[in-house]
Amino acid sequence: MELANIEKLLDKYLDAETTLQEENILRNYFTTGNVAPHLQEYGMMFGYFKQNKSETYTKTIQLKPENTRKKNWKWLTVAASVALLISVFIGRQEYNKYQQRKQFAQIKEALEQVSFNLNKGNDVLYAVSDNLNKGNDALYAVSNNLNKGNDAVTKLRIYEETANTVIKKVNY
Amino acid sequence: MNQSDFLKVVIPFKDKVFRLAKRLLVSTEEAEDATQELFFKLWKNKEKLSEYNNVEAFAMTMTKNYCYDRLKSKQASNLTLVHNNYKEKETSLDKKIEQEDSVNQVHKLIENLPEQQKIIIQLRDIEQYDFDEICKMVDMKPTAVRVALSRARKTIREALIKKHNYGVS
Repeated sequence: MELANIEKLLDKYLDAETTLQEENILRNYFTTGNVAPHLQEYGMMFGYFKQNKSETYTKTIQLKPENTRKKNWKWLTVAASVALLISVFIGRQEYNKYQQRKQFAQIKEALEQVSFNLNKGNDVLYAVSDNLNKGNDALYAVSNNLNKGNDAVTKLRIYEETANTVIKKVNY
Repeated sequence: MNQSDFLKVVIPFKDKVFRLAKRLLVSTEEAEDATQELFFKLWKNKEKLSEYNNVEAFAMTMTKNYCYDRLKSKQASNLTLVHNNYKEKETSLDKKIEQEDSVNQVHKLIENLPEQQKIIIQLRDIEQYDFDEICKMVDMKPTAVRVALSRARKTIREALIKKHNYGVS
């Protein structure tokens, strides 16, 4: 390709009027071999373009792993919420049972207290009835003594009467 | 469409997507992440892919938009500085002589172009798409694309001539 033609193409190139084919001609000229000294800057440009195009994306494109990872997260949250619900449910049940047991124990204790007090009351009543019997005995004893006193008094009266009759006889 | 069908459609232009992403996002790691993300997006929308008669052009448009979004969010969160630091670190790892390399010079010049010109020069001079396809990808009129491309090429050439002359004199 003669220089004049290249220079013409370069003018078009700077005005962005070249076609892809024409640009290919320029690319070939500037990247293979001798470049006219006054066109060196184009050599740098096309050299850079060519070199830059050789850069590639070396990593593998991942499509599935992140997908499943996201799914796993979703399942994990579902599982966690279910576990939470179950534990709350069981916890409530256990708590209720505990509460019931506690109430039962309280009632039992209260009833024991009542029965204890009732027994005490019984004992007191027994004691009272004992004392009443004792009192009765005492009254019997008193009445015995009273009867004894009465007998004694009647005896004394008999003495008195005899004594009086004796005195009367003596006076006569 | 199963996975291997999808890959058959998509693999031919994966490098082009990656290169465009790298052109816009500068760092290789970010471009790799963006590429992975884009293909994953395409895979998720695989049912819709058959509706597009040109999947490649559609993918390039997606790449452009995705990179714009990334750049915007980066600017919003003031991450640009970090990004620049990273880039400098990368170049300092290279040999000093290579920094003066003509290839690197052109790379830096393109980096300094406006985003739109960057994309168009990438699509035309590196990927060699024809103008119709580029118009679709960047959603611009043919004349506007030509003007932007012409400006980009002239800017690069003039800057190279300047540098070259400085070096000589």
